Amino acid sequence: MGVPISYSFRNLWTRRLTTVLTASGMALVVFVFAAILMLAEGLRKTLVETGSYDNVVVVRKGSNSEVMSWVTRYQASLIETQPEVAIGADSQPLLAKEMVVLITLPKRMTNTPSNVVIRGIGASSLALRPQVKLLEGRMPRPGLSEIIAGRSIAERFKGGGIGEILRFGMRDWIVVGIFDAGNTGFSSEIWGDADQLMQAFRRSVYSSVILKLRDPSEFERVKERIESDPRLSLEAKRESRFYAEQSESMARFLRILGTALTIIFSLGAIIGAMITMYSAVATRTGEIGTMRAIGFQRMSILGAFLAEALLLGLIGGCAGLFLASFLQLLTISTINFQTFSELAFSFTLTVDIVWKGLVFALIMGFVGGVLPAIGASRMNIVESLRTS
Amino acid sequence: MYLLKLLLRNAFRHKLRTSLTVLSITIAILAFGLLRTFISAWYAGAEASSASRLVTRNAISLIFPLPLSHKDKIRQIDGVRQLSWGRWFAGIYIDEKNFFANYAIDAKDYLALYPEFIFPPDQQAAFLADRRGCCVGTKLIERYHWRIGDIVTLKGTIFPGNWEFVLRGIYHGRDESADERLFFFHWDYLNESLKKTAPSRADQVGWYIVEVTDPSRAAEVAQAIDKTFKNSLAETLTETERAFFLSFVSMAGAIIVAIQLVSLVVIIIIIAVTANTMAMTARERIGEYAIFKTLGYRGWRIASMIIGESLLITMIGCLFGIALTPPAAKIFGKIVGTYFRAFRVDMATIYIDIGIAILVGLFAAIVPTWRATKIRIADGLRRIG
Repeated sequence: MGVPISYSFRNLWTRRLTTVLTASGMALVVFVFAAILMLAEGLRKTLVETGSYDNVVVVRKGSNSEVMSWVTRYQASLIETQPEVAIGADSQPLLAKEMVVLITLPKRMTNTPSNVVIRGIGASSLALRPQVKLLEGRMPRPGLSEIIAGRSIAERFKGGGIGEILRFGMRDWIVVGIFDAGNTGFSSEIWGDADQLMQAFRRSVYSSVILKLRDPSEFERVKERIESDPRLSLEAKRESRFYAEQSESMARFLRILGTALTIIFSLGAIIGAMITMYSAVATRTGEIGTMRAIGFQRMSILGAFLAEALLLGLIGGCAGLFLASFLQLLTISTINFQTFSELAFSFTLTVDIVWKGLVFALIMGFVGGVLPAIGASRMNIVESLRTS
Repeated sequence: MYLLKLLLRNAFRHKLRTSLTVLSITIAILAFGLLRTFISAWYAGAEASSASRLVTRNAISLIFPLPLSHKDKIRQIDGVRQLSWGRWFAGIYIDEKNFFANYAIDAKDYLALYPEFIFPPDQQAAFLADRRGCCVGTKLIERYHWRIGDIVTLKGTIFPGNWEFVLRGIYHGRDESADERLFFFHWDYLNESLKKTAPSRADQVGWYIVEVTDPSRAAEVAQAIDKTFKNSLAETLTETERAFFLSFVSMAGAIIVAIQLVSLVVIIIIIAVTANTMAMTARERIGEYAIFKTLGYRGWRIASMIIGESLLITMIGCLFGIALTPPAAKIFGKIVGTYFRAFRVDMATIYIDIGIAILVGLFAAIVPTWRATKIRIADGLRRIG
């Protein structure tokens, strides 16, 4: 096997231009394939990391985002008295009654408007979300028209920076702090005092109640009690699951789009590989005949050409993944149709995607190379020697 | 003339290779055409909008309603001919996967403002007469096979509960651009129910549709409306219907940019494949080029042979691709029909396809041409394979 294989490798080097062109065709397909998987993964990861497993979100039955939900003050205080709610260091329950609405803000770069989440928070909101850290400034004081903005809002939207002023609800709101919530949806939100914001928006109801469980395993019990209480007509979900559901339809859309695109593109690249391999076989007819004449088996010839095609695929796959890995530096922001609000997330490369990309590249190489390789292995010794 | 003959002979010397290259160009042109059609489908709503209609909504954001009392103040504004209103319902039919737009409308005036929705006359009257009635577009009928008189139940997400509607009318669009996937019902039905169950949410509308007397005064009327409600509890934002749709499209901007980038990648992939074919062809014929040179052919003649062959191959692929794009778009449109209102291939796409094919043909020929014209006769004659 040794000689035909090294012969194949050397051939790729000899016909460098062809090798580079074929491999770069495949590299681009793998790049697109990986990029779209990375996008879907980034979206999923951002929303999954937003929620924490120990927290419970209580929203109105049937609403799939906090914006659509209504929780009255009466209902909220009923939830506050559930025994499963954890108690914080200040001996208050670790529970926040929050109000979530969307406002339209213009972007800094383009001035195009987009929907941004404004969250009215309570005293425990920060304690419930350990991933949220104040980067600059201070927290808004209860009772004042003060807000803090998430990092990606401060960077991308007009009036989001520290010291700047946003006007909505007939009031001027001063940004007194910037917070960072890592790769989570909270980085794309603006927070302020819930009571002040409810006043400004003329709302008398909260949107959701977030609580931390005393013991995470007690979720089923509290869920059952809340959902069967006729006064409430609310539903309880683990926070992690609540946010994961919000990424589902968008991630599915991206995945379907991505699969459709890569299938079409891969046809192009497979044909490219086939052209290359057919010509590799055609120009080496004499050499193949010589190898067969000196005793190499048909299988060795088949193996040699398949190895050449697979190697071509591997080079393409590695190059495509290498290019795609740079995408991780990018942050993309788009509207999440499920919540109708702006969300910033970045491309995320996982080991799983690397494997999928490489396997995909090898499959492209194999499919492109298998017919030419079979053709080469079935050549007649005498005829192939004569044609040269 | 002999050049063309030579080109054709040369191009089909390796039948398998050439047909594979043509096939890959066909696929790429097809993919590019579909992607462009996909992008223009996003903009279909804006293209179908009328210049004489304005949309007034809450300035804070779309999720905030406007009070019904705004309607009389808007009517008084100079330049307003007619007005109607709607409210987003966001009901779910059986399962979240069955997504279609559904909203409550002030039926009589709303339909008058949208002459592009065409009803059989008796059905429109039946819809207007039945407060629980609803009407839907033909594309939804194709999908769910409802019949007149059927009861359709939507599960409310914004307004809790199960809501029952009786199908009274089926409309079709006046032309292809009209949206045939909508579900309307009476705003009165929603409002009367809310008065009983959630009085604080009654007498509110999601948006007003305002028809202006003269489209050239649209901007002026829009400003006048917003000025009327400045510093009120519900400030308004009025824009033309087109701007309203475009603001939705721009929110999804990143996705559109991604698709545009991907269509650029398709082009690069075809360049790579075609360039590869040309490189192999030229390498095999180095000896022939040397002979041509010996016969006294100049560099530019050899160059025109290679470039011509490359263009010939890409143009054949391009023609196949263009021919296949409309049927493919039709099939694709059937699959995603409920998400996009129109899925049509426009003329611009075809021109761009041809432009790309020429570009690809030229790019693919650069390196082989450079090699072929540079080679010294003796080297060319000596070289094999």
